[in-house]
Parts: sequence; C-alpha cells; structure tokens
Amino acid sequence: MSSPILKLIAQRIALGILLLLAISVLIFAGTQILPGDVAQAILGQSATPESLANLREQLGLNDPAYVRYFHWLGGVLTGDLGTAMSSGQDIATSIKGRLWNTLFLAFWAAIVAVPLAIILGLIAVRYRNGWVDKLISGLALASTSFPEFFIGYLLVYFFAVKWQIFPAISTVYDGMPFGERMQAIALPATALTLVVLAHMMRMTRAAILNVMQSAYVETAELKGLSAFAVIRKHAFPNAIAPIINVVMLNLAYLIVGVVVVEVIFVYPGMGQYLVDHVTKRDVPVVQAVGLIFAAVYISLNIIADIAAIVANPRLRHPK
Amino acid sequence: MAESKAKPGVLLDIRNLRIEATVYPPGEAPKNIVLVHDVSLTLEKGKVLGLIGESGAGKSTIGLSSMGYGRGGVRITGGEVILNGRDILKGGKEGFRKLRGREVCYVAQSAAAAFNPAHRLMDQVVEATLLHGTATRAEAEKRAIALFKKLSLPSPETIGERFPHQVSGGQLQRVMTAMALCSEPDLIVFDEPTTALDVTTQIDVLAAIKDAIRDTHVAALYITHDLAVVAQVSDEIMVLRHGRLVEWGGTRQIIKEPRQEYTNALVSVHEIEHSEQNPGATPFLSVKNVTAAYGGGQVKVLKNVSVDIYPGQTLAVVGESGSGKSTLARAITGLLPPEQGTVTFDGRPLANRLADRPKEDLRQLQMIYQMADVAMNPRQTVGTIIGRPLEFYFGMRGRERDKRVAELLDEIEMGKGFIDRYPAELSGGQKQRVCIARSLAAKPKLIICDEVTSALDPLVANGILKLLLNLQEHEKVAYLFITHDLATVKSIADSIAVMYRGEVVRYGSKSKVLTPPFDAYTDLLLSSVPEMEIGWLEKAIKGRRMASAGN
Repeated sequence: MSSPILKLIAQRIALGILLLLAISVLIFAGTQILPGDVAQAILGQSATPESLANLREQLGLNDPAYVRYFHWLGGVLTGDLGTAMSSGQDIATSIKGRLWNTLFLAFWAAIVAVPLAIILGLIAVRYRNGWVDKLISGLALASTSFPEFFIGYLLVYFFAVKWQIFPAISTVYDGMPFGERMQAIALPATALTLVVLAHMMRMTRAAILNVMQSAYVETAELKGLSAFAVIRKHAFPNAIAPIINVVMLNLAYLIVGVVVVEVIFVYPGMGQYLVDHVTKRDVPVVQAVGLIFAAVYISLNIIADIAAIVANPRLRHPK
Repeated sequence: MAESKAKPGVLLDIRNLRIEATVYPPGEAPKNIVLVHDVSLTLEKGKVLGLIGESGAGKSTIGLSSMGYGRGGVRITGGEVILNGRDILKGGKEGFRKLRGREVCYVAQSAAAAFNPAHRLMDQVVEATLLHGTATRAEAEKRAIALFKKLSLPSPETIGERFPHQVSGGQLQRVMTAMALCSEPDLIVFDEPTTALDVTTQIDVLAAIKDAIRDTHVAALYITHDLAVVAQVSDEIMVLRHGRLVEWGGTRQIIKEPRQEYTNALVSVHEIEHSEQNPGATPFLSVKNVTAAYGGGQVKVLKNVSVDIYPGQTLAVVGESGSGKSTLARAITGLLPPEQGTVTFDGRPLANRLADRPKEDLRQLQMIYQMADVAMNPRQTVGTIIGRPLEFYFGMRGRERDKRVAELLDEIEMGKGFIDRYPAELSGGQKQRVCIARSLAAKPKLIICDEVTSALDPLVANGILKLLLNLQEHEKVAYLFITHDLATVKSIADSIAVMYRGEVVRYGSKSKVLTPPFDAYTDLLLSSVPEMEIGWLEKAIKGRRMASAGN
C-alpha cells in the first residue's frame, strides 16, 4: 500500500461524509416544507392556541431553521435521534433492534445472492449465446421482472400454505434461537435474492464479456487453459471493478429497499418501521430512518469505490 | 497410421490447409470467404521459417492453425496439420488444449496487451508449464529466471515479481518470449514480435530472440511484414499473398534472387529515387526556440527546438516514440501553444493558440494522420470529405465543387467512381489517399504528415510516398514529415531533424545529417535500421557495442 492509493481512499471517504451532510440538510429541509408542525401533530384535535404556543416554546420550534438543524444534527452525531411523536419512545432505542433485524435479513440474502449471481454470470459467459446462457438470463430476468410482492405471495402460497415448510409470517424476537430465526427469514431472504439476482448476474456477464475480447484472454487460451479457467483466472480479475459496483448497489437495495418484502412477511425491520411511521406522519422517525438509509447507501458505494481502487494493480503497484 | 506419414526430422507438416470465415457485410446476406487457399508447408525440428506478406495474406491465420486456433470465428475447413507425426485437427478440443502451451507456444505482436494486467509476470510465465505438469513450480521458476538472464532482461531474479505495467514494451516482449520458451515447446509461433517496438529496441529484442532460438533448438514460425527483419532470423522464407503461396525458398535465395515479381517488389520496396533539393534563400516557416509542456508545465516535451521549412521541400523529423516529434507538430499547428519561442510564417509570427489564428493561416497548414480511418467521418462520402475544405476555405458550391473534387481524386490516382463511396468501403491505402486529397484541397503551403505510412503495408506505403513526392513537384507544397522509419526518411527528405527526448540532436540537409561523423544517438538510430542482408544483425550489434563502449 502506498501513498497515492491512501490519498484516493481518503478523498473518497471525505466526499462521502460531505455528501451525507448535504443529504441531512435536504432531509431536514424536506420535512420543514411539509404543512403543519410537530406541536400541532402531537396535540392534534385538542390543540388550543395557548397549548400550541407552549409546546412550540418547549420543543424549540420558534428558533430559526438553521439553529434547529444544528440542534438536530448535534443530536444525531451523539446518538440521539429524538423521540417518536406517536409513541413517545426514544427513536434510537427502537431503531436499534430493527436495524439489526434488517441487517440480519440482508446479510443472509446477500450471502446467497452475490456468489450465486457471480457464478451464474461466469457460467453464462462460458456458454455464451448457447442455451445455458439464454436459460440463465431468461430465468434471472423473469425473477426480477415480477414485482416483489408477487414473488413474496408465490413463495408464501407454495412454501407456507401448500407444503408448509416455512412460516408465512416471519416473526422474530430477541433471544430467538439461531435455527428458528433462520427458518423464519427463509422466505423473505429467498424473495430478496430473486429480486437482486438478475441485475448482478447480467452485469457480471457483460463485464466479463467485455474483457474476453482482450489479447491476454487469447494468450491464456493459447496456453491451453480450459474455457472456464480462462474466464475465472484471466477475465474475472479484470472485470471486478464494475461487478463490485453493481454488487454494492444491490446490497444497499437489500437494506433500504426491503420495505415491501418486510411488510408482506410482517418482518420487524427498518422498512416496516418506516412505513408504520410514514402513515402516522411521525416526522422525527422518518428523518432518522431516511438519514440511516442514506448513510448505508453512501458507505456501501464508498466501499465499492475503494474496492475498485484496490483491485487495480496500476494503483496498487505504481511504477 | 498417422506416424507412417511423418518424414524423419519433420516437426510440422501442413498439407493443403484451407481456412474460411463467415463475413457479415452490412445489408447483405452473410457469406463465406476463403482466407487461406490450400497452403502447404513443412518445418524441420529446430529450424525457423519466416512467413511474410501484407495484411490479409493469411500469415497469422496459418501460424495459429499450428495450434488449432482460429481468431474470431475463423474455421479450418480442409487439409491436415501434422505436428510431431499426428494430425492435430483430428484431436478435438481436448487435443488442442494439450498441445497449446506445451508443444506449441505463441508470442504476440503486442506483449503489452497480451499480458494480463492483474497478475504478476512470473505467475503468467510459468502458468503453461504448471498447467501441463511438465515441471514443479520451483523448477519452472528457476527455468524462467535462467531465460530472463538469457534474454538479457534487467534484474532477472526479481523482474518476475513485477506487474506488466511496471515493465517497458521491449522488455515485455522479451518476457513473453521467455514465457513461450519456459514450457520447452517444440515450436514457437512469433507473430510480428518486434513490429510494435522502436527501431533501437527492435534490434535488441530481435537479437535476444535469435540467440534464444539457437540455444534452445526450438523450431519457429516467424511472422512479419518486414522482409529485412525476417531475413535476420529465418532459415527459409515463405511469401504469401491473399492467402496463397507466392514463393518459398531459402533466405538467401528469396532476398538475393527472388523468382516471383511480387517477391521482387517486396525486396526492393525501399528504393525510391529522390534527389535532395538545396534549401532556398529564406524559409517560409521557422520554429524558433520552442519549448512546450503538458500538464501545466509539468512535463516538458519540447526543449528549445528550432527548425526551418523551405518552400516545396520536405523536412523529416525522426526519433523514437516519446521523443517529441508529434508534439512539435502540435506546437506548430497551435494545438499545444508553446510556453516559449515563436513560430513565424512568411515573415510574421503565428498566433500561439489555434483559436487565435485567422482562417487564412489555418488553410496554409494542413495535417495528415497515421490512422486514416479514424481521421474521417465514417458517415460522410469521399466527395463530402474532400469537398468540405473547398466549401470552408473557398466557398465553392455545387458543380464547381464537384469538379474540383474530381480533379483532386485524379491527382491522388483514384477514379471518379470513388466520389460516392464511404470510408469503410476503401482499403487502408485508399483511405490515406483521400486524407491527402482533403489536405490538398485547401491549397496549403505546408502539410504536416504524422507517421502517415506507419500503419500501411510496405508496398502500399511505398505508393503513398511516391504520390506525395509527385504532388510536391506539381503543387510546390512543403512537408513536415514525422516518422520513426529511417528508410522512409532516406527516400523523401530534403532536410532532417533528429529528435531525442524533446531536443533536436542533429539537424541539417539530408546528405549532411546522414554523413559521418555521427553523434551517438544518430549513430544508434541509423545502425538499428534492419538491412536486407544476411548477417546484418550480428554486425549491427557488434558495431553498436563498440560505439557504446566508445561513449
């Protein structure tokens, strides 16, 4: 590891932090534009002008917007995400468990989906334009084209209702044994895998095919390497950067885009939490969840950038 | 049964080889074309056969057939390829895999592209040996290091730890030769291994390859379009044209007593009659103490360069890649404004930046590039391409313009029939001619020719050079001729500037520059140009050692 690479990585991280700050401003501004304010929402029907004024004073709503922004930001940075209006609970505490559940689900979906997509992509390249390639592409595209809820209900119909292998409702709770927990998330994880598979598979295929035109692939073929060894050893390492990028985008989707799947399977994760509080117009919760989702997206993309930098031998080993 | 066919001592016996490909012309039904028409050849163990011809002659296709390999959908449809006594075409995919990298190895034209950028050199060099299980890793690496030494690579013990981008082009070409030799094959196919290199580097690589072939007793097919190069390394030479055999004989016979007219044309390709003109009284274009740099002054590529160009004469600028030749052209045309110094034209200074120059100045300086096909808009016809400067500079329209386009096509020895053709329908030489016509259309005083013949086959290039000389006589146009090819320079230049690392190291009339005593670099450059003479390589290397020792 040398200094140019460290510089590039430092730049990426700094940019990411800057971007996150910009997004926090947008999120804050967005919620300010909405009609009504927190005091009104809390008091609802019982609001009198005096009680509203009192509560606004109490919540600091009369301060200028930037003061409130920095107040909010300061809280976020120290781990205080505020209080949910609807339940009066501390947001950070209730999010903690749910974030953990979402990450748990995303992790297992990714563990299956990423290697599967890459291996399918490699196989598709090996038998490119043949029936194996077309079958893989066709199935993957079909699974992505179906709406998530449709796949979800199909899985529920067959695996939960007809054959009764997995539960239809993925309830998890603290202290649940690992095996039971895995059984509970089997169906939502499968649904997520099917949704993200095609994107990564197609990108792997395209990126490797791009590299297959190179002279060094011919060199490898002329050494007598088998077709699959050529792809795995010589084409894949040079196609890694675009593949990592699309993998990271899909990982981000697994965390922030799971709303529909979580709702279908009644899985207590971030998505469901967000949906619940959007319907209740609970602005502090929506803000907090939005910020967390943005942070996840940005950090995964930073990881993709850094991985692409590190995967480039020209940057890793300068002249 | 196959064994009975083999003659003793014969390694490779190709009989009536026919190779076809399917082409997909736009707007037409796909059709089969024959690339190689029933070519036969034999190669004895430890001998070198040179395959020579222009592009499209089928040299590489025949070479690769000895490994059962067809590039981009090319198919072997007839004949036999008998290697070590068996017809490899009957062995199927598995059979090909077993012989590739073990019995036959390949050295590509551009080693820089043929090495995988993601792996260390050593891993790639020993890969085939390990794959075929002919040695353990330790043995293979030892063998590789010995080969690196033999090919006089710097720090042979550690060069294998580097990545391809950390090694220069000439060195990579030698590493690739080591890679081919590492699995101790019976046959190596060298496919233009020195064509992409500078002359001064080419000679080193050529000598290294020749020594390695001699010491390892490997047989080789040496593919090139340069007869002078192949004459240095081969025992026999086979001349090919349009996929057919033209002539096959011993190296001496081919270069000294060619029996076919086509071979004769290849042998005498560099002989163009051109007597040097004396510089006139005043140059019309003077470059004075020009210094130019890229990256905001970071990388100085021209240092205090001064040259003069006289009306109707040719100044040749020679040097290796990276010597600043093309940058000089960019500075003169204003594409790269000089940091210091001036360019004067007809006694007045030219604006430094292209954007500040009036149309008339732009008209007087035209350019022709190395890659004719990317210098033309593929969606415009030849008529539009040549007519454009007529409209732009002279406001010609309609019939007047078409008449002038036809005249110009005549001047470049292409008929009227080409006026409605698109660039894709032209051959490489024709494309370059169209580019010449386009630059002539502006009636310039100076045409800058940037490596205009480097991408062309020798005979075609020769035609282009003759055309340029004829045009110069008629139109009194001056050329600034940028090239790395000294043979070209000898044929057409009136004065020569030799460039080295951004500086002009030798400058004057052609006869003066090419007459000893030479400075060290010019000597190196001149002595590196391959000559059509057996034993030239050894003499040149020896002569050069003395010169470098004298430095």
